[in-house]
Order: sequence, then C-alpha cells, then structure tokens
Amino acid sequence: MASVSTPNGFDLDTSGQRIVVDPICRIEGHLRIEVNVDENNVIRNAVSTGNMWRGLEVILQGRDPRDAWAFTERICGVCTGVHALQSVRAVEDALKIDIPANANHIRNLMMLAQFTQDHIVHFYHLHALDWVDVVSALSADPKATSDLQQSISPWPNSSPGYFSNVQNKLRRFVESGQLGIFANAYWGSPAYKLPPEANLMATTHYLEALDFQKEIVKIHTIFGGRNPHPNWVVGGMPCSINVDDTGAVGAVNMVWLNMVKDIIEQSIAFTDQVYLPDLKAIASFYKDWGAIGGGLSGKNVMSYGEFPAYANNYTNESWMLPQGAILNGDLGTVHDVDVRDPDQVQEFVAHSWYQYSDENVGLHPWDGVTEPKFELGPNTKGTKTNIENIDEGGKYSWLKAPRWRGNAMEVGPLARYLVAYARGREDIQAQVNGLLEELSLPITALFSTLGRTAARGLEASWAAHKMRDVYGELMDNLKRGDTATANMDKFDPSTWEADVKGVGFGEAPRGSLGHWVHIKDTKIKNYQCVVPTTWNASPRDPAGNIGAYEAALLGTPMANPEQPLEILRTIHSFDPCVACSTHVMSNDGRELSTVKVR
Amino acid sequence: MPAHETFYDVMRRHGITRRSFLKFCSLTAAGLGLAPEFAGRIAHALETKPRTPVIWLHGLECTCCTESFIRSGNPLASDVILSMISLDYDDTLMAAAGHQAEEILQQTVEKYDGQYILACEGNPPLNEDGMYCIQAGKPYVEKLRYMADHCKAIIAWGSCASWGCVQAAHPNPTRATPIHKVILDKPIVKVPGCPPIAEVMTGVITYMIAFDQLPPLDRQGRPKMFYGQRLHDKCYRRPHFDAGQFVEKFDDEGARKGYCLYKIGCKGPTTYNACSTVEWNGGLSWPVKSGHGCLGCAEENFWDKGSFYSPVSNLNVTGNVEATANQIGGTLAGAAAIGVAAHAAATVIQKATAKKPRASKEMSNG
Repeated sequence: MASVSTPNGFDLDTSGQRIVVDPICRIEGHLRIEVNVDENNVIRNAVSTGNMWRGLEVILQGRDPRDAWAFTERICGVCTGVHALQSVRAVEDALKIDIPANANHIRNLMMLAQFTQDHIVHFYHLHALDWVDVVSALSADPKATSDLQQSISPWPNSSPGYFSNVQNKLRRFVESGQLGIFANAYWGSPAYKLPPEANLMATTHYLEALDFQKEIVKIHTIFGGRNPHPNWVVGGMPCSINVDDTGAVGAVNMVWLNMVKDIIEQSIAFTDQVYLPDLKAIASFYKDWGAIGGGLSGKNVMSYGEFPAYANNYTNESWMLPQGAILNGDLGTVHDVDVRDPDQVQEFVAHSWYQYSDENVGLHPWDGVTEPKFELGPNTKGTKTNIENIDEGGKYSWLKAPRWRGNAMEVGPLARYLVAYARGREDIQAQVNGLLEELSLPITALFSTLGRTAARGLEASWAAHKMRDVYGELMDNLKRGDTATANMDKFDPSTWEADVKGVGFGEAPRGSLGHWVHIKDTKIKNYQCVVPTTWNASPRDPAGNIGAYEAALLGTPMANPEQPLEILRTIHSFDPCVACSTHVMSNDGRELSTVKVR
Repeated sequence: MPAHETFYDVMRRHGITRRSFLKFCSLTAAGLGLAPEFAGRIAHALETKPRTPVIWLHGLECTCCTESFIRSGNPLASDVILSMISLDYDDTLMAAAGHQAEEILQQTVEKYDGQYILACEGNPPLNEDGMYCIQAGKPYVEKLRYMADHCKAIIAWGSCASWGCVQAAHPNPTRATPIHKVILDKPIVKVPGCPPIAEVMTGVITYMIAFDQLPPLDRQGRPKMFYGQRLHDKCYRRPHFDAGQFVEKFDDEGARKGYCLYKIGCKGPTTYNACSTVEWNGGLSWPVKSGHGCLGCAEENFWDKGSFYSPVSNLNVTGNVEATANQIGGTLAGAAAIGVAAHAAATVIQKATAKKPRASKEMSNG
C-alpha cells in the first residue's frame, strides 16, 4: 500500500525515502516525527509519535479532589497553571461552588500572564531558531541593524552600540568553539532567508526575551506564591486581599497591586514593540510559508472558549475568546461545542498504545478506559527497544486520538482566532485584518505554518492588553469594598453530595483543554484530561483520519532532507507539549491490574 | 573537581596531535561558515579555558525545572548559558534536532570523557522495558546510563530526579525511578523541589564552577546551603505560630492578617528548602507569603503524605504547639535519613574523574 486517501481529505504516499526526526527538540516532552519524501523531497506521508506516558490520572484515583489541581499542574511546567485552573473549575463544577468576582479576575490575570509569557518564550526560544540564523548575525553591520530596529519600532534598546555589544558577546561565544545549545545545527542552510541585520536583531531579542519573560510570571508569584507551579485553591484563590487594615503586609496589598500594574505595562510594551515588530519583519522574508503547513487549519478548528468576563459563567456571553468549532473550512457556520455531550468529544485508541474492548469506537472522557498496551506494528523496522522506523499501520503513539463529532480538529492560537473571527469578534478581526494588510497577504495565508505563528503573536499582544482591562476591573471591585477571594462554604468534604461529576474546560496557550472528574464519597473516582497537544499531535483514528501535525507536514518541500528545518518549522508552529498530551484514565481502576508493578 | 583540563589537553591525552587539533578548529570554523581566521581564535580558546560542558537530559517530567532555571535573576540564565557553562545538550533549548542532536552526546563522550556535568531533569520509567519514555527509538534509561557512565558528576534537578515526584506517586504505574536508584557509581547532587527555586539552581551550578567542587551535601545528598533548614524555622509567619494565631480557612480574618497557615495544611514544619529565605522569582514572594500552605514539594514522597489541606499532624495544636511542630519536623527528618544510602561527600568528586567500572547494572528496588 504505497498510496491512500484519508477520509479527511489527505493523500498519503509511503513509497519515497523515509526520514526520522527523534528527538524533536525545542518542545516540551518527547516527540518523534517520521515522514516519507518523494523524488523532489516533498513530504508525502507523515507520522507523529508521542514518546512518553506518565499515568497521572490513575495516580489521582482515590485522592482528595481538592488536591487534584496540584497533581495536574505537574502535567506541565511550561504552560504552568493551566491544568490547575481546569482542575479547580472541574471540582467547583461538580460541587456547585461559585467563586468570588475577585478570584475570577485574579485567575484571568494569571492565565493572561501565562499566555503572554508562554507565547514569548515559544516565539523566541523554541521557534525563532527555525527562521533566524544565529551565525549570520556575526556578519551584520550594527549601524544598519540599528536603522532596521528604529524603522520598525520605538523600542529604546536600538543604538548601534547596543547591537555591537551583543554581537561582540556572540562573537566571543562562537570563537570559544563551544557552541552550547547552538551546536551542530543548520546554520548556513539555504532555507534561512533573513539578512544578517535581521538575524542580529532577532538574536538580540532572543536574549532580551529570555531576560524579560521572568518578569511577566511575577504576576503568578504575587497571587500564587511562585512560578513555575503557583498555588490555587478550590473555591477561589488562596491569596487574601488587604489594602487598608492591620496585617496588610501579610496579604495582597497596594505594593503588590502596583507591581502587577507595572508588569502589565511592561508586557504590553514588549509584545507591541519587540514581539510583533519582529514577527512582521521575519514574516516578510518568509511569505512562502503562508502557503505551507496548513493541514487541518483550513478545514477543522475548535476552541472551548477562555477568559470568563463574569465569574462562574463559562459561555459565549462571558468568554473573551469564544467557543466554537468550524468544519470543512466553512467560516460562515460556527458550531457550538458542548464538552458534556457524550457524542462530541471522544477519544480513540486504534493506533495508540492503549486497548479498548472495541477499538472502533470512541469514548467520552466521563466513560473512558485506558489500558496501556505497548505493541509495535508488524512492519516496524528495528526491535521493541530500538525502533528504527515506526509502523503507522499498527499502534504507534502514547497519545490517544481525540475527535470532535468524529472529526480530527486543530486547536491553538490560530484555531481560537479563526473561531473568534468567524464569531464576529471585532477586536480579533481588527488585529487579523491589520496584520494581513501590513504583510500584503490574503486571508488564506492564515491557514499555514506562518498563520499559526502569526496568530500566536497577535494573541500575546491581545492577552497583554487584556490584562490591563482585567486589572482595572479588579481595582474597581476592590473600590466597591469587595475584597473576597475565596468561597469556603463547601470546602469541607462533609458538605459534599455522595456522587457527582464535573468538568473544567477552557483554553490553554496551546489549545482546548478539558478536565473531567467523577467524585464519589469525597474521593476521586475517575479523572480524565483531554489536552491541546493530544488533539494536534494525534495519531490516526480507526477510520484513518490523520491528526493536525501529520496533515500539516504534507506537501512541504524540504531543501535538504538531511536537515529537518522545514519539519521543525511546522511542528514548532503548533508549540508541542507532549508531557501534557499523554495520559491515562479509567472509570473503574481496571488498568491497575494490567500494569506490572514489579 | 581538579583544576580544569582544557579541551586541548584532553585531545592530547587521547593521542591527538596538535596538527589534528588545529584541523578540528578549522573544520569547526568552516562548519559555522566563518572566515579562516576564526580557526585560530577557536584554537586559542580551547587551549586556554573551556567552559565546563553540561549535558542536560530530560526523562519523565514536566519541564518545570528548565522553566524555573530560566527565571533566574542572579545570575541571569542567559549569562549562565553563554558565559559560565557550555550547555552542549538540552533538548528543550538546543537548535539541533534528531540525529544532529544525538550526535552531540557521542561527541561529548569522546571529547570530554569524565569531564562533563550531567544534569538530569525528570526520571526514567523502568516498566515496559523503559519504553514509557522513548528517545531516538530507545528507552530513555539507556541514554541516561550511557551519559552517566562518562560524566564527572550528576545534578539531579527537582523532585522527579531526586525522589520520583508526581509520576512516582502511588501506584507509580510506569515505575518511574529517581536517578540515584539507577546510577550507583557517580556523585549525585540532589536539588529537590517541584520545581527547585531558580536561584538555587543557578547557585548550585555556579558554585560547582566557581569553587571547583561539589557543594557540601547532607545525608540525603542535598546541598546543605539551601536545604539545611526547615521553612518553618525561617518563616516570617512564625511569630503567629508561636502566638497561637492561625488561619482557620482561606480568606478568613486571620488570612487577611497574615496569620500562620499550619491548620490549613502547611507542610513548612517538615520541609527543608530555601523558600522562606531565598524566596521565589527574584525574592518577591513564596507560597506561604501568598497565602497557601507549603506543599512540601522538596520532600521525598510528598504526594503520598495525605491531603495538602490536612495539618502535618492531627495533634491538637492548642497546647505546646512549638514542641509539637518541632517534634514533627525532627522525627520525620530523622526517619528519612535512616536507610538512605549516604551519598557523595564533597571529597568523592576528587575520585570521580578516574573512571570506575559501574558497580552494578541492576536496579535497586524502585
């Protein structure tokens, strides 16, 4: 079987040279990509393998649901806090706990800060080296770099001397012969298109962003005590507010609130004066990537919605970024997404290292089963512990295949922006139209690797500005005399009903995230997360639909198959987070009997 | 650690001629697309003072340790990476991928045998022949063992590498196993915490570079300078504990006045870490200061010690609370030390460069 068409409309051809990229670096977690290229080095088949499994959900069984946020927060330290938020939402949903308005504002501030920081780190530290040739920066003219910087942004770090200093630091580093994280890479490849000055500017901002990102997260430190992994609590937020009474130094006070305000203003300045100008400058040299890497983005995208303007209201009248699903590229029809509906979100395991009694069916998270089953397909090259080529005809990933009404979906910043655009959200439309106009690109250019990377940048700026609004609302509420941050009415397990289910859902930086919890006799009976990267990096399903990564790689021309730059560009445009995406659940603890604990 | 052997010295020791060494420098320069005169400068640097190579591996983990590391304010992570160490492999940050990335491991072993620091984030799972964590088609534990075999010393970043952490919580379905139970013949510095504090991480690594030795370790293998004291003993809320002033529930009157969080589950009395002194994110705050009890995340098996909202003991804290809390801390610390193999004393590192056969390839019971 060399050639096949998938139900979701992609042609796969496995006859050409097979290329393996493992590990995919500059991501969270462990991911493998295999592709087949034709005689012109164009990718004709793609296989995405999640390389790790930690089993957190089974670990949660039998525990206190109030503790679940801390466990699930450790699913991921890159998008730290996102799982904690959905976890407390799920438990609050199950126990019918309403949180105070201030807690909602503080959670929004923390998540908006997370989006801003996470997107900046992704762009500069996980993605930029796919587009920016660091070694080329050594031959830049600092004066010309200064002119370039000043022509695109009022950012003050722009003098020739400033760029000259960075260049000298870089030169000393390179001349040391110890290239560190820049060693053995793809410098000088014809796939790099930026002039030396743009490379120097971007490399300089790589370093600036590395220093600045740590400031944004101080919003977590103030309200949650630290970052990574700030603290949360079921019923609200653990930080009390005391702006005017004895003991204010032991709570959130004016000093800290002022600091939050400053961080917000700095974040707005950085995203608008550094990130977005860099994004546009770099994109202008890579416009061809506006027609590469589209995959599912022009077909099926989804968002659960995020940032509730009103406490305890998780609907489109409250979401600052709306929920919705678009199918077959029809932006005229946005479907409502209901995460409680057993027919909508389902997970399949026909090509995953798990087993169901009937692997042709999908299971809703509240009814799901996970029994690990590590088994390689018959056409695998290599051995069980030395895989040379994976067999995608068999089981081939630690990720399940989630589907929405049977459809493979793309999630993430681009999906959110497409849903918001199609829902008629004017703030998002203005941002998107403005960028397309500046770059002279058609709207179809959104459905691409470039579109994904651009949407993330726009969203970072949107999130930074939104923090300013939310901060204003928090202060307005405090002025009204409401300082409550937690509702402890049902914190005591003795007040709980015996058997309840809940779901926490929303958007993480990488896309749609849901936590489903079943609480029985005050303990966790069952816990399930369906995570952004599980949607995007999904393996094939029983019907043969390929996932978003696999689809996005198809049709991509490679300059040199020995150097996987093009694969990295498209995969990185999704910002993979694999620790998040591999998981386990069970509705009755059955998997324990299948896991050998030696 | 002994005085640095330069890269040039190492190559000569391996019987490589000066001519070959200069050729290597030329190839390095050419490979980077640099003018020929760079070769001379590279040669000069390698002959004089190389930065200590660091290989940073990731097993089962959540990358919070890396994220914490890049939050360091003093020194900045960018300065650590560019000027203090040579971070030659870190799959979260490195530019290369696939076989270009993995080649660096082999090159490091060849160039810097016995000279590099192995920084381990996360841990290896041992069930399913190690295939719950696959890297380049093979079990992660193989890569870990190979790179450990040739390293000078190991830093076990965070609670995953030090103790097992969340994936090793009951019932530990993948049999996730901390580094010291897999690697038995190398000095290991445990830097626990989920994650550790950024400045503690950069503090440990820069100490090792600046003082050319391992930091003094306690009986559990943790640097005494950061893990020698209980949070409780340095907690700014301690006077409220002593005065019997407690938060009874979140956001009550006591919470707004900064009272002690002991009754809502704070694990400070049994946790050894630097949070209450160094604090987090540039000394801005730490969990207790922002109103939530300590989770005890630097302690072994902290996930399996009951709810985070249960006090460390159910003893009635209205009597002699001081004695109670001290007893709790002292008892647990003593119990933890017993039966834990004593790890590298500071002097062990002196012997580490002499490569020893591995004591055993077998795992101890995870």
